[in-house]
Amino acid sequence: METFWFCVIALLWLGYLFLEGFDFGVGMLLPVLGRSERERRVLINTIGPVWDGNEVWLLVAGGATFAAFPDWYASLFSSVYLPLVLFLLALIGRGVAFEYRGKVDSARWRRTWDAVIVAGSWVAPLGVGLLLATTVFGMPLDAAGDRVGSPFASVRWETLLGAAAVAGYALVHGAVFLSLKTEGEVRERARALALKVAPFALLPLVVLLLTVQLRFGSVWTWAASIVVGLAAFGAYARLVLRREGQAFALMGVAVAATVAALFGALYPNVLPSTLDPAWSLTVAGAASSPYTLTVMTWVAAFGTPAVLVYQGWTYWVFRKRIGTRHIPDVHVPTGSSR
Amino acid sequence: MDVLDLARWQFGITTVYHFLMVPLTIGLSLLVAVMQTAWVRTGNRKYLAMTKFWGKLLLINFAMGVVTGIVQEFQFGMTWSAYSRFVGDVFGAPLAMEGLVAFFVESTFLGLWIFGWDRLPKKVHLACVWAFSLATIASAYFILAANSWMQHPVGVELVDGRPRLTSIWAVLGNNTTLAAFPHTIFGAFAVAGTFLVGIAAWHLWRRGDDGPVWRASVKLGTWVGVAAFTGLAISGDVQGKLMFEQQPMKMAAAEALCHTEQPAAFSVFAIGDVSRPDCENVKSVTVPALLSFLAHNDFTTEVKGIEDLVPMYQEKYGTNYPVDPKLGELSGKPIDYVPNLPVTYWGFRLMIGFGGLAVGAGLLILWLTRGGRTPGGRWFKWLALGSIATPFLANSFGWIFTEMGRQPFVVVPNPSGVDGVWMFTARAVSSSTPGEVLTSLIALTLVYGVLACVEVFLIRRYVRAGVAGVLPARAPDDDTGKRDDTEKRDDDVLSFAY
Ligand code: HDD
Ligand code: HEM
Ligand code: HEM
Repeated sequence: METFWFCVIALLWLGYLFLEGFDFGVGMLLPVLGRSERERRVLINTIGPVWDGNEVWLLVAGGATFAAFPDWYASLFSSVYLPLVLFLLALIGRGVAFEYRGKVDSARWRRTWDAVIVAGSWVAPLGVGLLLATTVFGMPLDAAGDRVGSPFASVRWETLLGAAAVAGYALVHGAVFLSLKTEGEVRERARALALKVAPFALLPLVVLLLTVQLRFGSVWTWAASIVVGLAAFGAYARLVLRREGQAFALMGVAVAATVAALFGALYPNVLPSTLDPAWSLTVAGAASSPYTLTVMTWVAAFGTPAVLVYQGWTYWVFRKRIGTRHIPDVHVPTGSSR
Repeated sequence: MDVLDLARWQFGITTVYHFLMVPLTIGLSLLVAVMQTAWVRTGNRKYLAMTKFWGKLLLINFAMGVVTGIVQEFQFGMTWSAYSRFVGDVFGAPLAMEGLVAFFVESTFLGLWIFGWDRLPKKVHLACVWAFSLATIASAYFILAANSWMQHPVGVELVDGRPRLTSIWAVLGNNTTLAAFPHTIFGAFAVAGTFLVGIAAWHLWRRGDDGPVWRASVKLGTWVGVAAFTGLAISGDVQGKLMFEQQPMKMAAAEALCHTEQPAAFSVFAIGDVSRPDCENVKSVTVPALLSFLAHNDFTTEVKGIEDLVPMYQEKYGTNYPVDPKLGELSGKPIDYVPNLPVTYWGFRLMIGFGGLAVGAGLLILWLTRGGRTPGGRWFKWLALGSIATPFLANSFGWIFTEMGRQPFVVVPNPSGVDGVWMFTARAVSSSTPGEVLTSLIALTLVYGVLACVEVFLIRRYVRAGVAGVLPARAPDDDTGKRDDTEKRDDDVLSFAY
């Protein structure tokens, strides 16, 4: 039961990385691919209807961790405190910026919010990467599960590598997504950019997987890492052939295998202590009671399929490519009305 | 300040702030759904105008509700990690359910609603706003179940010093939740109703366009407000009776009642310092025996005062904090079982008082604008705009009273529940450094401050622009509702895009 819930948490992170990954990427690329105001609005509208739903995967991953592994939730979040604050500020800024940037017709107003979107979209995936790498590589924890050492104990080269890996992935994933969801020049630019940056942007991910391999390697992580490599190559090749849909799906396979490798390396720990292995939080030790897990299983069994159905439906409703011709003229109140 | 104080300030500031957006979202979303239903049914453009106008304000507010909510979700782990470990087996479940059952629906269907104008068939589009609205109400249920469990823990046993869930139905069906949920939802409708009345009355006062839209809004808002206040009084009365049984100290603190009284009088307001030990000498205007009635439906019930409750608490839960370096200054010190009396006493009165002002202002405005009349004086403008703030204040004071009234406990002992299931706030906090929490407290407060200015600025702008700001004049055949919306025009522009 505990292991099952460990897998559910991994799946929730996967959903989050795959879905919000591309809308981070879109935000990162806003100034690069959107050369005119109309083009920038094209980019934002590709994720407009879905970004909030994507973010809920994070909330549910957090909530499910709280419910199923309270000790994991408590130790991880309290020990990575300051990076998380920065991450939250990034999410706050981004969320508000999407909603507010088009609400006043002024170039300065929009430029300000664009800057917030870009900054937030870079900082947030860096934060997610750091958090996930921390849970894999561990923290200096004492026997009670509290952090020993400075507030920056979570900032080490391994975790920075994790941060870069997730941000790099989001960048490429976002570009592939845009090549799939837009038309005209934006689409061409997105595709060209994805092809150009992918080899560099995905490098940290490769190094991360190698590090995990050297540190915790098992057959499982080997297999998963190989799948990541193959899927990434496949995505690249498909994109060269202009098969954007397939490329996007293969990016999904790559992130799924990445999550499998990371959580596979972590198991049966959930948060290792770098001071004494006996103090590590484990799947068995950190879990809630069997009754709570059973309740949660029922909730998940009914809830998850429904979520997948209606979120899938949203993507279907908004499946069309978007181009500048779909973007209406600005209609917002002018400040001086009477 | 130590970590405990900083963490409490941070949680207090961020939650009260979150709860400025929350009731407006909950209340307004349902009213917008009702307006859109009226439009789909009648095809009357007035209702379309209402839907679009109030819907836009809803969206501006919703964005802030979402981003501040995310902070709340993370804070339990970040600043209250000892609390999270202690209650995790029980408390995490409703939080996870809220995400899975409510937030997913909320966010997905709101996206569909915003971007689905003209793209979805009308009825499906209407269903989206209903789904969104009902999900906000569902989310309130789950989070209140979590909160009520802290006020009154049920459905658990004690294993290895931690509460362990034995019945999820007991937690979800906690009588504290069953009372707090309607109270909070009615509070949300009080906010939304007054919001409609205040803004619409201001538009009437300006004598601009779209008079019928504003008159309909005043009417809807007032009646929603009146119904909400009635519901608040009834559910609040139920809560008072539960509080009397479950948290006698909070009851005494709400009244700043030093000594046991039988029958107990309800204090309407007091002159002087209500904090101890001066509570003996305050002059207060009272209604005889009313408190007894509030507590137990009977004008002769004895209500225990603080001085008599303290020894009972000391006997049951100890006189001193344990000696533990994690408790910092409080280690080994006597436990103060009395909440901050000025806050609880005035919080309770301001909750009821501002709520009463809100509904009073609504009725007054409805009467002043009857039969197409509109007062022209400046005072009317200030009455309209000023009334908007009152239910927000009432809600904030309600929460501040509820949360401060349970101190020094974060999980309040259930007098008839399992022994040992309670926790002092002082023990709940993370082992973070004060520097960390101070940094986040400052950063969040600053960002929230800036965002408050931005939100108010935007809402003002859209309010001023009125219907013309959200509904471009269109060809008349556009809103007949006769067009076949399912067969889709590929090249249509997005009508409600970012
Ligand atoms: C009575 C209702 C109520 C209360 C007490 C709270 N909230 Fe809330 N919350 C809502 C009612 C709500 C809502 C109506 O569902 C919101 C408000 C605006 C919105 O966007 O949804 C919301 C949004 C919201 C979100 C964003 C959801 C999204 O992305 O769509 C999160 C993560 C939380 N809340 C979490 C919390 C936590 C951890 C709270 C406890 C301290 C809390 N809320 C108190
Ligand atoms: C499920 C919902 C909620 C939970 C689980 C919750 C939990 C908590 C916790 C853990 C604390 C810190 C401990 C303390 O200082 O007492 C706290 C404090 C506080 N909460 Fe809540 N809260 C909830 C909802 C709210 C809401 C909606 C508000 C108001 C808008 C609110 C207002 C406060 C205030 C003002 C404090 C500070 C109290 C103090 O400093 O003593 N709470 N709450
Ligand atoms: C008419 C009379 C009212 C009565 C008798 C009343 C009673 C109460 C009581 C007893 C509580 C505390 C529950 C507890 O901690 O156990 C409470 C909490 C609260 N009240 Fe009121 N109330 C009234 C009006 C209002 C109004 C007008 C509003 C807002 C518009 C409001 C909003 C709240 C909120 C948000 C809480 C905290 C959440 C909760 O515990 O449900 N109340 N009220």
